[in-house]
Amino acid sequence: MKLAAKVLKKPIASTLIAVLFGFIVAAVVLVAAGYNPGQSFGALFHGIFAKPKYISNVIIKATPIILTGLSVAFAFQTGLFNIGAEGQYIAGAVAAVLVGVKLDLPPVLQIPVVVMAGVLGGTLFGWIVGYLKARFGIHEVITSIMLNWIGLYLSNFVVASGTYHMPNSTSTYPVNPSSYTMLLPNWKTSKAGMAALKPHQWLYEVMLKTDVNFGFLVAVLMAAIIWYLLYRSAKGYELRAVGFNRDAAEFAGINVNKNITDAMVIAGALAGLAGALAITGTAPHKISTLAAFENNGFNGLSVALIAGSSPIGCIFAGLLFGGLLYGGQSVQQDVGAPTEIINIMIGTIVFFVALTKIVPVLAEKLEKRGAGHVQ
Amino acid sequence: MEVSTEYAVQMHGITKLFGSFCALDHVDLDVKKGSIHAVLGENGAGKSTLMNILYGLYQADSGEIYINGKKAEIKNPNTAIGHGIGMVHQHFMLVDNFTVTQNIILGNEVTGKFGIIDTKKAREEIIGIVKKYGLEVDPDAKIEDISVGMQQRVEILKALYRGADLLILDEPTAVLTPQEIEELIEIMRSLISGGKTIIIITHKLKEIKASSDVCTIIRRGHSIDTVPVADVDEEQLATMMVGHAVKLVVEKAPAKPGDVIFEIENLTVKNERGLEAVRNLSLKIRRGEILGIAGIDGNGQKELVEAITCLTRAQSGTIKINGVEIQNTTPRNVIDHKVSTIHEDRQRRGLVLPFTVAENAVIEKYRTPEFTRRGMIDRSRMTGFARRLIEDYDIRPAGCESQPVRGLSGGNQQKVIIAREISNEPELLIAVQPTRGLDVGAVEYVHKMLVRERDAGRAVLLISLELDEIMNVADTIGVIYAGSIVASFPQGKVDENTIGLLMAGGRLNETGSEST
Amino acid sequence: MFSKLLLLIGITMMYSTPLVFGALGGVVSERSGVVNIGIEGMMTMGAFTGASVSYFTGNPWLGFLAAGVAGGLVALLHAIASVTFNADQTISGIAINLIGPGFALFFCRLLFKDATMTPPVATLPRLFGEDAFAGTPAANLNVDVTVVLGLIATVFIWFILYKTKWGLRIRSVGEHPAASDTLGINVGRTRYSCVLASGVLSGFGGASMTLAIISQFNPTAISGQGFIALAAVIFGKWTPYGAYGACLLFGLAQALTVVLGGSDSGVSIPSQILAMLPYFLTIVVLILFVGRSVAPKADGLPYEKGER
Repeated sequence: MKLAAKVLKKPIASTLIAVLFGFIVAAVVLVAAGYNPGQSFGALFHGIFAKPKYISNVIIKATPIILTGLSVAFAFQTGLFNIGAEGQYIAGAVAAVLVGVKLDLPPVLQIPVVVMAGVLGGTLFGWIVGYLKARFGIHEVITSIMLNWIGLYLSNFVVASGTYHMPNSTSTYPVNPSSYTMLLPNWKTSKAGMAALKPHQWLYEVMLKTDVNFGFLVAVLMAAIIWYLLYRSAKGYELRAVGFNRDAAEFAGINVNKNITDAMVIAGALAGLAGALAITGTAPHKISTLAAFENNGFNGLSVALIAGSSPIGCIFAGLLFGGLLYGGQSVQQDVGAPTEIINIMIGTIVFFVALTKIVPVLAEKLEKRGAGHVQ
Repeated sequence: MEVSTEYAVQMHGITKLFGSFCALDHVDLDVKKGSIHAVLGENGAGKSTLMNILYGLYQADSGEIYINGKKAEIKNPNTAIGHGIGMVHQHFMLVDNFTVTQNIILGNEVTGKFGIIDTKKAREEIIGIVKKYGLEVDPDAKIEDISVGMQQRVEILKALYRGADLLILDEPTAVLTPQEIEELIEIMRSLISGGKTIIIITHKLKEIKASSDVCTIIRRGHSIDTVPVADVDEEQLATMMVGHAVKLVVEKAPAKPGDVIFEIENLTVKNERGLEAVRNLSLKIRRGEILGIAGIDGNGQKELVEAITCLTRAQSGTIKINGVEIQNTTPRNVIDHKVSTIHEDRQRRGLVLPFTVAENAVIEKYRTPEFTRRGMIDRSRMTGFARRLIEDYDIRPAGCESQPVRGLSGGNQQKVIIAREISNEPELLIAVQPTRGLDVGAVEYVHKMLVRERDAGRAVLLISLELDEIMNVADTIGVIYAGSIVASFPQGKVDENTIGLLMAGGRLNETGSEST
Repeated sequence: MFSKLLLLIGITMMYSTPLVFGALGGVVSERSGVVNIGIEGMMTMGAFTGASVSYFTGNPWLGFLAAGVAGGLVALLHAIASVTFNADQTISGIAINLIGPGFALFFCRLLFKDATMTPPVATLPRLFGEDAFAGTPAANLNVDVTVVLGLIATVFIWFILYKTKWGLRIRSVGEHPAASDTLGINVGRTRYSCVLASGVLSGFGGASMTLAIISQFNPTAISGQGFIALAAVIFGKWTPYGAYGACLLFGLAQALTVVLGGSDSGVSIPSQILAMLPYFLTIVVLILFVGRSVAPKADGLPYEKGER
């Protein structure tokens, strides 16, 4: 009993229980709809792990949502609800395209400039939200929702505008190749590169069939940096104090409004970085007309929730998510079950994350009951 | 004791466990009809739990309840109300943005067709009760606009409106002035003569003597004794409540005040609604002096503290510490000028509850070179500092520096704040309601600390709604009324009644005529 | 000019109606103390159910009712999480926003041969019959019957909240659940009813999109209306009329983009910039007029009886 209670108290236990429930509910729905859940999950895992390029694609898919997840998680830790990661992501992608298409410097300069442009794009969106909250007290959820849409139409505006629009397409020109952040983009397609890779089948497949890029490393690095910032730095102490108890922080001499703005700036920067890295790191390196949101930011919400707002947890939650989203495509291809089963599954996981917050409480009760018996 | 219809309520062998903690252990309580019965105990002794069981908010694990000699099962407040039991909670259970009438009828509405509330009829019914028991209150006022004393009347009306014959009053005098307390006691008497029975829960001995017929003492979940109030004195009651002899008076040497280091001149502050809550207020404090501000809640104390700590703008006037003006700067600047504040709302303003004790201990000084180098917090220094405070101030449990402060008891949370504020080595220490919700032992400790800091040469500003606290601790007493200090005296020069009168807006030269 | 004005009014009414239902749902739920960020998911479920029931039965009214039931079923999940389990209401709401559209599209593919949209379906009638005033500017005012239903629902919710005992209880539970509890009001049951009502209203909102405006269900039928409704709740300070006004304002801004974007408007603003107008305008209005809006005191807080 004690051991069970101890295990259940760990946050990871709740998360795993939630994931388990996600699979159970999905299985029930599949059975009800007349599909074989075993087969379906088989297809799912096959679509994630069967080939090196699948695994690579899962990681690529996970990269932006790890970063938007970090953005949301960071904001949560500072007491803000960043439902605007979607718009900040779009702003980042747009800004990266704006600069990357026009500018063509050597990669050493081009990459930082283009990525920074994206970061600034997201930062601007985040700042607007933070500033309006700090200055006028406008709820961050409203401004974020509005800015998501403004971002979407801004993106479409850029796609349609004269100098960026690629004729006979629904997209802009791609950014200049000097902006690319894939692993050795030129070498790997050169003759020498192909020849060198050929003997290593695994490497060959991953390198040539997927956009292996530095984004994932950046995302992991950012998770570490955000963790350090939040839990080790004086700034993080301030941000968390404001997040947990604005009144006490104010009373202790901490500038609350400045910290709200700072928090949204950082959150926006992270989501903007996600957008920029998606442009520089993966084909087609451009933005297209959006009919609806692509959910890179909204998925970040789910990632942050599954991660329990832990920066490091976002890496794993993002990978889980990337796996489900990417592998989920195989479910439809192989078994014929609608891919939306993945959305149902993810929704169920998040739902049970909400419920399993009470698991540690139950564990405590279990423990106390145990203690009571001893007495 | 035998079950009899002479008794309004009899609770026999009540036991209540919270997890493995035994809050009540075979407690007995027998309340005679038509009497005022006090239940006395320290904070956490179990008296509120006992009453919550009687009111159906909790279920007893064992024991029996008899109402008017008949066994009763009280499953929820509805059945309690059905048995004619009404309760006035210590923290009022009133919806702030509802009117008095709406609060009274809630859950028991007078309705016409389609569930439409008949406000007119409800009002008439309420006015009927108001007149019968002399409970003056405006039925159309919003709760957030009326005084605490009025709010308490609304609570009593709520119970009477539901036809309560037995009223439970939980710590009813905690927030009242001496005059309001007298009025309350009068209301209680008129209720008794109207055939009601009253149980009053309190830890204030004087009021038991003034109001009650019988007193049951509860200590750590056990009923210790039930005594006729006329037969015992306050010291005896205190000894039974705490379990050992206690001193009711704070021991302190006479003050040796030095220069004036803190001075407020003609301060005017507006409250949230734009009304002048502090008007032309002036005061001075010397080194080595405790200035106690007595006053009824809502007379500008909150705004005064907010203006000093720069949470609110001062409309006019100056606030000087060591000759430097600090009004309308920032909270940070005030702290930097060596003003430390023990805020009345420790959970809202004083502590970040999910933070550890160590993190809370440095909240005003985490940016100093002692704790932060190149933007990074030196965590070992931070915990080391907290460990020292925990030892020096006997914060329990020992070794709690890495635990969230949320898990500490109220008294220990307060100790964390006191330790932190004193460790700032302030020139001026402000303590607002520093003993609210603490038990007798902790109260004694806090008072000792304030005196110790005074003796160390600091200026101390004590703001409290508890007149006893002011009388016991302060060297100089100022009375705040309608946002101004209306009078101030050295301690010992005037009696409690005079101060109470001033608190209620009376004038000194009319004392003789008004106190009758 | 006059006919332009009528056109503007007509389109304003049309666009605001789904929002009105969603926002009313939000008001009811949050007034009882349960934050409902899942309006979007409930609306999507309603939109799909309304369209498909109308398609299979040929009766749009049946579809409309079924949409309410579907919205209510989704809301039941939210109620279980936030009332029974005292779970985090924001997280649960986000989950609803994933689950609602997930199920809607899943069932859509099952029922309509793998398509993510329904064929055109029978729609609800217009106020004065299908062809009334055809060809005259007044035709613009022959709005969908849902517009009127939305208005009636607003007045009805206002009436319930402010004139009846149930409203008094709902508001007390949202402000001070402990006080309500001590007066014998069942906090949990009150909140359950309100969350379910919120789902039913949101379902109606979704159906008023698919059964009146676009006459079919597709993946973008409900794209963001639930979130705009959420903003309208806050903007309207948690009151039915305030929320209604906020929705009208938003509808007006959308109508402006349509009218100004028309080829004969004489204004040459890129359509994408025009499309930003409603969102931009909302922010500007917030800055100018609203400032801090105060939520019900217990909004978003689970109510747990005071055990240690």
